[in-house]
Amino acid sequence: MKKLIVILLLAVTGYFLVDSFMDLGRTGPVVETGVKDFYLDKTVSELKVANTITSIVVNFRGFDTLGEVTVLFLAATALGGILYKRRHHVGERSVLFPSSPIVRAGSKLLFPAIVLLGVYVFIHGHLSPGGGFQGGTIIATGFLLMLLAYDNFSVSHNVLSFIESFAGIFFVLFGFAGMWAGGTFLENFLPVGTMNNLFSGGIIPIVYILVGFKVAAELTGLIYTVLHEKES
Amino acid sequence: MFIILVFFLIILMVGAAIYAIVQKDLLYAVIATGVISLILSALFLLLQAPDVALTEAAIGVALTTIIFIITIRNTVRHEDDFKDRDDLKSAVK
Repeated sequence: MKKLIVILLLAVTGYFLVDSFMDLGRTGPVVETGVKDFYLDKTVSELKVANTITSIVVNFRGFDTLGEVTVLFLAATALGGILYKRRHHVGERSVLFPSSPIVRAGSKLLFPAIVLLGVYVFIHGHLSPGGGFQGGTIIATGFLLMLLAYDNFSVSHNVLSFIESFAGIFFVLFGFAGMWAGGTFLENFLPVGTMNNLFSGGIIPIVYILVGFKVAAELTGLIYTVLHEKES
Repeated sequence: MFIILVFFLIILMVGAAIYAIVQKDLLYAVIATGVISLILSALFLLLQAPDVALTEAAIGVALTTIIFIITIRNTVRHEDDFKDRDDLKSAVK
């Protein structure tokens, strides 16, 4: 009986969801022309960004990116909230094996290279594939390597949360700056420069650098919390 | 040739997924899911989506696999190690 009610409720909800989403974007003249030509044209002529995906993700659909960053932030916060009481002090953990000297030396060599790759990926987000999310995740894997190799490698949670809040606040502030300059949320208001230069694309590189820092801090904090869980 | 390569990768992915379900040793199952992500990121690269391929390689292959491995170290490694709910509870605690 209970299952039947659940199935019925789901069916009704699904029906109304499909019913309302079927018409999405089909009303009006948008369906004939589409927005893809508009995006491609504006990316080249106005924003002068080499990577079209970046211009869509950060500029035209920048609000969606803000939503994604918020989802990641909430997930990290929830995990930290659940595991907060069970965390260890650094150096007395029992979660992992002690690692061998070869692993330690190798991770020490690899760590700067990985972080440099991540920074490269998010700084060049508007020129080459990649961007804030990808670069941030690569940096977090570098920190993961160090955390796995060294028992006493510690990351300050205060610094992480400071970086994260700073990046998040400035993301929103840049969005409002676009509104203040007379446009919409996250509209470009800086000079765009020439195409294929590092300093081009207006606010896109700045926003992607902020997103990169935010994602790196969030994921590093998440891994740190999981690794330092008490066994008991 | 390209189509054959793509289909070969897809078949490998399905094989790894079935292995991950059938395998009782959870560590091997987790590594099989990591292999799925690796092949998926190669597929994304072949299908002209390098942005998504980078994300998939970093998150799917590295982060998710490591978090699952840490979870296995904190709980149990073999699927048969717990028979009912109470066993599972004591293992998780």
